[in-house]
Amino acid sequence: MANLHWLANPGRFLRIAKAVSPVLAGLTVVLLAVGLALSLQAPVDAVQGTPSKVLFMHVPSAWMSMFIWGVMAVASAVALIWKHPVADIAAKVSAPLGAGFTAATLLTGSLWGKPTWGTFWVWDARLTAELILLFLYIGYIAIWQAIEDPQRAGKAAAILALVGSVNLPIIHFSVDWWNTLHQPASILRDGGASIDASMLIPLLLLAAGFQAFYFTLLLWRMEAEIAGRKIRQLRLLSAQA
Amino acid sequence: MTAFGAIILRDVKLGLRQGGGTYWTLLFFVLTVTLFPLGVGPDLALLSRIGPGILWVVALLASMLSLDRMFQADYEDGSLELLALAPLPLELTVLAKCLAHWLTTGLPVTVLAPALGLLLALDPAAYPTLMLALLIGTPVLSLIGSIGAALTVGVRRGGVLLSLLVMPLYIPALIFGVLAVDAAVDGLSARPHLLLLAADLLVAAALTPWAAAAALRLNLE
Repeated sequence: MANLHWLANPGRFLRIAKAVSPVLAGLTVVLLAVGLALSLQAPVDAVQGTPSKVLFMHVPSAWMSMFIWGVMAVASAVALIWKHPVADIAAKVSAPLGAGFTAATLLTGSLWGKPTWGTFWVWDARLTAELILLFLYIGYIAIWQAIEDPQRAGKAAAILALVGSVNLPIIHFSVDWWNTLHQPASILRDGGASIDASMLIPLLLLAAGFQAFYFTLLLWRMEAEIAGRKIRQLRLLSAQA
Repeated sequence: MTAFGAIILRDVKLGLRQGGGTYWTLLFFVLTVTLFPLGVGPDLALLSRIGPGILWVVALLASMLSLDRMFQADYEDGSLELLALAPLPLELTVLAKCLAHWLTTGLPVTVLAPALGLLLALDPAAYPTLMLALLIGTPVLSLIGSIGAALTVGVRRGGVLLSLLVMPLYIPALIFGVLAVDAAVDGLSARPHLLLLAADLLVAAALTPWAAAAALRLNLE
């Protein structure tokens, strides 16, 4: 917990973020470049043909869409319990990124569904749960916009993030509970991954690339948010003077 | 416990008296259901098939539309601050208000549902399941709704935001509620769906008062 409080000083956080974010940005470029190159060379699925390449964008986006809500829930809990100002900002700026990855998941999924399932959209448990996740992200963003005072907005949004985290296990297990059109887990499952290494390695590289991409954007957006709050504070002070 | 009962009694009275809105909510329920035969056409076979879904969605909307009166009026006239200062824990106050909200929306909607099922040519054999599912499911709507109502209590024009926040969380209750009625229409056992709905109710009853009370405290700061 000592590290947590050490980072609670926005000035100290900014110094670390400015040092770390270029490294993360470089890592993002390398991972995405290598992962994309390998994924283009990977063999296509014997049954599905070329559309199976969507896998390399769809699966990492789907992981990120759930991972980011998890980050927001943990950051919100930290912000509520220890009144940690930086955690509050991390949760806030994560939401649009998470909404973007969720939208990307739904978009790539429907583009994949059309040639293989014959339809852009079905009311399958996992698809529906992912759509609900998108609505939760939008609700979270809306509550930040509706309440003007950042302190109060942060707490209200934190409560919503924790309540909404109930949805995460539902998405992950939905394909096991309701066995419908979406295929069950083929990587995180009992008995090891069921896809070949020639596809698994680029997939994992891209997943790591997406993670690095998220953390790079997260740090940049947090820097911007802290700067924005400083400007707001200065404006309020100058208006009072 | 007397304070708990007093809050329920007070809120039910306020809901039933002039301007309380209970009758408007019921009228909204009836009117909106009658819009569907006009919208999709008077084909009774089609209506009986989508009837459970219509009744559930409209019950959900009716419950949601009346959520703003759960805390808003008390917030505006200051009595919410007194309730928060009272010896009764705010979590229990929230629970009492949820119960009162359910008594003035969910319960009357449940009682009215068979009459509207008749209009939608719903199989009479499914009425007991429909009422049982609504009886278990509508308290979930009031409980989850209390979080949204508490979060938006001080927000201007919070009504639309409120629906944006609670609708995604309503979906499990809607799914299991409709599945239960559909199973009864098809002559299958509705028991598993009703049990899942009951699980939803228990989880909501155990957890939502904490979240709603935390949101109220924040808005009363």
